[in-house]
Amino acid sequence: MEFLRPATWDEALAAKAEFPTALPISGGTDVMVEMNFDVHRPSAILDLNRITELRQWEITDGVVRLGASVPYARIINELSEPLPGLALAAHTVGSPQIRNRGGVGGNLGGASPAGDAHPALLAAGRDVFVEVASAARGTRLIAIDDFYVGVKRNSMEKDELILRVHIPVADGPQQFSKIGTRNAMVIAVCAFGFALHPKNGTVGTGIGSAAPTPRRAVAAEEFLQGVLAERGLWESGDLLGAEVIQQFGELVKAAASPIDDVRGTADYRRHSLAVMARRTLTWTWNDYSKQIRSAA
Amino acid sequence: MRVTFTANGKPVEADDVWEGESLLYVLRERVGLPGSKNACEQGECGSCTVYLDDVPVCSCLVAAGQVQDREVRTVEGLADESGLDPVQQAFIDAGAVQCGFCTPGLLVQTHDLLEREPQPSDTDIREALSGNLCRCTGYEKIMDAVRLASARKCQKVGTSE
Ligand SMILES: Cc1cc2nc3c(=O)[nH]c(=O)nc-3n(C[C@H](O)[C@H](O)[C@H](O)COP(=O)(O)OP(=O)(O)OC[C@H]3O[C@@H](n4cnc5c(N)ncnc54)[C@H](O)[C@@H]3O)c2cc1C
Ligand code: FES
Ligand code: FES
Repeated sequence: MEFLRPATWDEALAAKAEFPTALPISGGTDVMVEMNFDVHRPSAILDLNRITELRQWEITDGVVRLGASVPYARIINELSEPLPGLALAAHTVGSPQIRNRGGVGGNLGGASPAGDAHPALLAAGRDVFVEVASAARGTRLIAIDDFYVGVKRNSMEKDELILRVHIPVADGPQQFSKIGTRNAMVIAVCAFGFALHPKNGTVGTGIGSAAPTPRRAVAAEEFLQGVLAERGLWESGDLLGAEVIQQFGELVKAAASPIDDVRGTADYRRHSLAVMARRTLTWTWNDYSKQIRSAA
Repeated sequence: MRVTFTANGKPVEADDVWEGESLLYVLRERVGLPGSKNACEQGECGSCTVYLDDVPVCSCLVAAGQVQDREVRTVEGLADESGLDPVQQAFIDAGAVQCGFCTPGLLVQTHDLLEREPQPSDTDIREALSGNLCRCTGYEKIMDAVRLASARKCQKVGTSE
């Protein structure tokens, strides 16, 4: 086995091109568990810890460009305002020690359906992009909706690495909800991310741990967007009414295709998704109404 | 491969390190610092917690090669010539140590908490220690120890001002 320690992003891309089977390691919170338990032995390990760009974030033109290795702890401390949904999701990851190391790049690299960043990224809207690069072809942006392609599979090529994720700065309330047996150190039984995007009159959803990949509840989004537009609710901030909330929950539930496993049954997952959908919608809408009323 | 880094302020060198080896293994088996404990090797228990460049991490989840040229501080590096760190003394005084296997990780994690937040609420303490498992104490004495260390720390600050 080789241990590759590129000092710069270009060196990292060159190394990945030369050793396409090298396993990138950032926080190591997924990779090292596999290594310690001998789940697999890669030909080489490609350490990304020395690459400055991966640990940085910036906001330009209303978009957060979040370095792949910015740890969850920093997302919580530094980005709760522009990225409230992702920061809430980050807060549920593992433990303080895990949040000090793990980051969104590793979550995307692993592409587990249970990864907590995914529902928050999906909910943040269709303009979320994963910026990947290779030595041969340079940079490309993968829309978040095209990123997850199967159980623990993403749409990256063997010679590519994730540089950063582009996430629009929140323009409305966002929420994240997760079911587990305790508040720390749980892999989600299922999870749900939700965001209101008043600027373009859309809403975002993200379902975790209840399908082969993280996914959006498209019909639920369209239903709610329709109601909000028809009734002029974006302008008035008036109550949604129980029927709308109920229907939204049912549509989120219908979008899932969960399985029975050690963490929970498919039925329980569907049930709890409807509950989380109703709750997160209510929380965010109440916050939004308050904003409208205080602005009036 | 060879890995060189700073451990508790001193330069150390580990040879014949396997590329997939963890920092925890290197500390315990190669550089004579067995204070950090190996209980799960999967990030669940926190007994291997060390500072890596001043940030507490599970050393079982850091690849040895990742610490090249960096600074590690283990439980062995908490005490100095003047004696035990106040956090260590508080754990003894509060009776927060039974078998002791979880203690090194709890000490480092508590040390970090009190550096950042000298007067944490009980909720802050529970949150900060949520990644450290203890099978003996039932956690109440550990809570007492953290509160005691905090009280002493705040008192010291109070009198020196
Ligand atoms: C105790 C424990 C609790 C956990 N709890 C949670 C939880 O609650 N929620 C959750 O979502 N996850 C959890 N995890 C899993 C893990 O912490 C997350 O998936 C984390 O986001 C991984 O980030 P990392 O930097 O540590 O990734 P690494 O382990 O370094 O890498 C993970 C994968 O991504 C690839 N990769 C990393 N960076 C890049 C890059 N820049 N380009 C291309 N590929 C890359 C790696 O090759 C690997 O396949 C937990 C893990 C542990 C050990
Ligand atoms: S041994 Fe590292 S967390 Fe348990
Ligand atoms: S004292 Fe035995 S595990 Fe904590």
